[in-house]
Amino acid sequence: MSAPVTESGKLMTFPRGGIHPPEQKITQDQPIQACPLPQEAVVLLAQHIGAPAELQVKVGDQVKVGTLIGKAPGLISANIHSPVSGKVKKIEPRTDASGYPKTAVLITVDGDEWEDSVHESKDFPWNGRPLKRDIQASPEEIRTALANGGIVGMGGAAFPTNVKYMVPPGKTPEYLIINGVECEPYLTADHRVMLELADEVMVGTEILRIALGVEKAIIGIEANKPDALSLMEKKAQDYPNISVQGLVVKYPQGAEKQLVRAITGREVPSGKLPLDVGCVVNNVGTAQAAYLAVQYNRPFIDRVLTVTGTGLSNPGNFLVRLGTPIQQVIELAGGLPEGTGKIILGGPMMGKATGSLDTPVAKGTSGILLLDQKQAKRAAVQPCIRCSRCVGVCPMGLEPYILSELARQNRYSEAESRGIMDCVECGSCSYTCPSHRDLVDWIRYGKARIMANRRKGKA
Amino acid sequence: MITLFAVLTLGGLAAMFAVLLFLVSKRFHVTEDPRKVDVEALLPGINCGACGFPGCPGMAEALVKGADEGDISHLVCPPGGPTTMESIGAYFGLEVGASKPMVAVLRCNGSCANAPAKTTYDGPANCAIAHSLYAGESGCPFGCFGHGDCEVSCEFDALHVNPETGLPEVIEEKCTACGKCVIACPRNLFELRPIGKRSRRVFVSCRNTEKGAVSKKHCSVSCIGCGKCAKVCPVDAIPIENNLAYIDPEKCIACGKCVPECPTGAILATFPIKVKKPVPAGEPSPAAKPAPAE
Amino acid sequence: MSSSFVVSLSPHVRTKDSVSSVMWTVVIAMVPAILAGLWAFGISAALVLGLSTAACVLSEWFITVVMLKKPNRLADGSAVVTGLLLGMNLPAGTPLWQVLSGAVFAIGVGKMVFGGLGHNPFNPALVGRAFMLTSFPADMTAWPAPNLFRWNLLQFGGASRYTATLGADAVSGPTALGLVAEGAAHTEGLSAIQGLPGHLDLFLGTIPGSMGEISALAILVGGVFLLAKKIISWESPIFFLAGLSVFTGLFWILDPSRYADPLYHILAGGAMLGAWFMVTDMVTSPMTPRGRMIFAGSAGLLTGAIRLFGAFPEGASYAILIMNSFVPIIDRYIRPTRFGSKQADLSRKGR
Repeated sequence: MSAPVTESGKLMTFPRGGIHPPEQKITQDQPIQACPLPQEAVVLLAQHIGAPAELQVKVGDQVKVGTLIGKAPGLISANIHSPVSGKVKKIEPRTDASGYPKTAVLITVDGDEWEDSVHESKDFPWNGRPLKRDIQASPEEIRTALANGGIVGMGGAAFPTNVKYMVPPGKTPEYLIINGVECEPYLTADHRVMLELADEVMVGTEILRIALGVEKAIIGIEANKPDALSLMEKKAQDYPNISVQGLVVKYPQGAEKQLVRAITGREVPSGKLPLDVGCVVNNVGTAQAAYLAVQYNRPFIDRVLTVTGTGLSNPGNFLVRLGTPIQQVIELAGGLPEGTGKIILGGPMMGKATGSLDTPVAKGTSGILLLDQKQAKRAAVQPCIRCSRCVGVCPMGLEPYILSELARQNRYSEAESRGIMDCVECGSCSYTCPSHRDLVDWIRYGKARIMANRRKGKA
Repeated sequence: MITLFAVLTLGGLAAMFAVLLFLVSKRFHVTEDPRKVDVEALLPGINCGACGFPGCPGMAEALVKGADEGDISHLVCPPGGPTTMESIGAYFGLEVGASKPMVAVLRCNGSCANAPAKTTYDGPANCAIAHSLYAGESGCPFGCFGHGDCEVSCEFDALHVNPETGLPEVIEEKCTACGKCVIACPRNLFELRPIGKRSRRVFVSCRNTEKGAVSKKHCSVSCIGCGKCAKVCPVDAIPIENNLAYIDPEKCIACGKCVPECPTGAILATFPIKVKKPVPAGEPSPAAKPAPAE
Repeated sequence: MSSSFVVSLSPHVRTKDSVSSVMWTVVIAMVPAILAGLWAFGISAALVLGLSTAACVLSEWFITVVMLKKPNRLADGSAVVTGLLLGMNLPAGTPLWQVLSGAVFAIGVGKMVFGGLGHNPFNPALVGRAFMLTSFPADMTAWPAPNLFRWNLLQFGGASRYTATLGADAVSGPTALGLVAEGAAHTEGLSAIQGLPGHLDLFLGTIPGSMGEISALAILVGGVFLLAKKIISWESPIFFLAGLSVFTGLFWILDPSRYADPLYHILAGGAMLGAWFMVTDMVTSPMTPRGRMIFAGSAGLLTGAIRLFGAFPEGASYAILIMNSFVPIIDRYIRPTRFGSKQADLSRKGR
């Protein structure tokens, strides 16, 4: 791999563990296309981590694009806005990425009318949305705009963005790190956002940097996106406080702790947040969404996602309104191929499989990946041959082979003392295991049990 | 001479260790209430924890403490049943609390036939893991997975997942109502209900609180909360909450009138009911036909 | 819904490697050493190797399928690896009934009693070899000279070759290490020993010895292949050889006339085979790189100690078996460094 030219000329990475699965970035050269409006939008009230939004509309209400339909009841929650215009048809539970039915607002789409306050942002840059570079807003105003716009992290976890920029007393942020790593195989949405919306990402980064009140923002990009890396470096020359750091291609570099380690050399201690070592991490997509929320008052109503899979005839990157059923997006990419065995929301390493084509696109849906029946099924579990690969690839320095076994035997205190709660569930151990053991499944199980016990202990 | 040395050496060592052991046992002697030992012998000795204490020794300690205070009526040994408690009561000469014999009942009838799989689960055969992943193969977010966490938890060989229905079946004779399965099930599908006179029980075998139209999509025998059962119940034992009927075992007289009334066949009885109109795909109760232990 | 989608937890992609691909890669890596053995010892080597492999495979099949009524796991190739390794550890021309008993012991006692693949604390092939060495010491230390066309009919019978009258060339003298040990005991040191093979002979394998051990070159080729395939990690072989060099080197510096140099010790006997195929056995070595360093380094030191001061001229297999028993304790105390366990260094500037 020829290292692209970077500012410092040297690619950085995190030192411990990691894997390099086949990249399969088959859609990296597909420009972002707008997905047509759905006939019926299914807008979930819980598209983020935290409490579901409180319903603000009733059946029969007319809504426009940008109308608030769910209001955050507390801090760890997010507003939900209508991504389409039309009439509220029904309010009923619909299965979301969690695999369980959750309250959703069904809107029959009628035309594409936007609320006056957000109308200005309707177009995309390529058909005439001008770049607003001047940032007038104060940090407080930025946080309010992020909260009002329902902006959440777009990397997958969907954590409310404004909360990340509320620095508790006693902590001093030093760096804003913008995550352009996209280390998941197959996914290319962030890559395309960086290429096609580079200016908006830059201004968005600047906005977030101001909100955090730090001197330095660093955008981390893996070396398998040389075009994005060099474009962002070129753009960064106009922004003295933003720099771009090239990174070695390694999964899970997009995980917060690994990215902070790769870029700053600091290790977030066990049980702590990046802010404890002076860093806040957000995705490039989130930076672009923050730009729109602050400069155009535009809420989170659509997102770029990758629809991919080796069987698809027309895989690509699409700008999709939230609430569009994934079936429609898959149609756009050439339709569900014969023999599809698994539908994954997100990437193959940490994405969630769904059993239903009616699942709507939500704020955290970074991609839709289709696997054929052969790829879908796991291979039979074999006995552990102590090859130690899981130990070698664990980016957190854990021993997955022991942790999974301790969890399976319900030996929680031993698992805890061996650091099971540090596990970031990146899946590197399961990926690399030649015996195809269900390592992460059992570790997750143990973590969930320990968390449940802790809650019980507190209650 | 050598023999003498050997005898002296070994004899000396033996004497030394004897003295040492004697001193150690004196020094670390623990006095234990003899009643505790006696009571523990009366308990089943299976350490199931259903009494709420850490195993039978814990229960014995609680009983002794209770006896000192003059009241053990609040203490119950579910697996031992009335006979055990009576013998303990006789030992202390105290009244024991009334304990009804109970049995674990599965409140789901989403068998492979009633709730056909719409997706395929792939991963460890563990209900808790599947529960963390999604609603389940049938799509019912309340239904049984059939991976047998309950079977693993049962220490009395009283629970087995029937591979044909994909549902666990309780063997009434073996079930001690220890409640392990109640805790083990991530969907809380087990309930301890009184065994009832001549093992006659009627219960709603469903926990789905979704609207009837939604739950019927997952499973043909789901409770749709229509309320027909409540209307025919002569003792008013069937409250309906969140689209779900529940038969109160304290009030139920096991007349069985509600069973044929249910449009989906969600109410099961452990005894034969004269059916006036055909019940669709009414599975026989798991408890009525215990599978032979394998 | 027409098709039923699979729903499972992430990750949804897995490595293409499997237990069988790992094992068969090890088998491929053994090919050069096997060829060297066959080239040197011909038909009698092929007989021993073939029988030990077949016996290992059959006894694993018998124990799993017939006795335990469990699904057949032969396709994973681990029995083949054990069989080949055992064969490579034996002198060509070992009586076949002894090979058979060693193979059955290796699989039965070395592996299956512990629960089969992945559960055995000791390397099964070494267990088999240790069993044979204690049971048939004479035959196990009778090293035929390399001879492609020699083939020992008595191999089929039970008679030890010492009672045979096959001619003087059928059985050659001791191995290089045997000679070295003799030299250390001799009043005049190594110089008094006749016919001591040179370094190049050891490297290429034109010497008497166990059939898979003779050519350091062939073993190295296989070992490097395994390293390149990332089946083994570098710590194990390097630290094993380093441990051996340190121990033997110390005495060589003290008295070069009595003790052979470390390179000689690396090339002679079972050190190379041990370093690349035995110490690196996944099942019986520690899980962390640091653990493997301790494990392999200690095994190397022990090998040197047994060679210079033990009753046997060769000690690699016993040293590895001894260290195998320490693996659980090494894994208990040598853990990987947890992420974030270092005190966060806030003074260090990013970039």
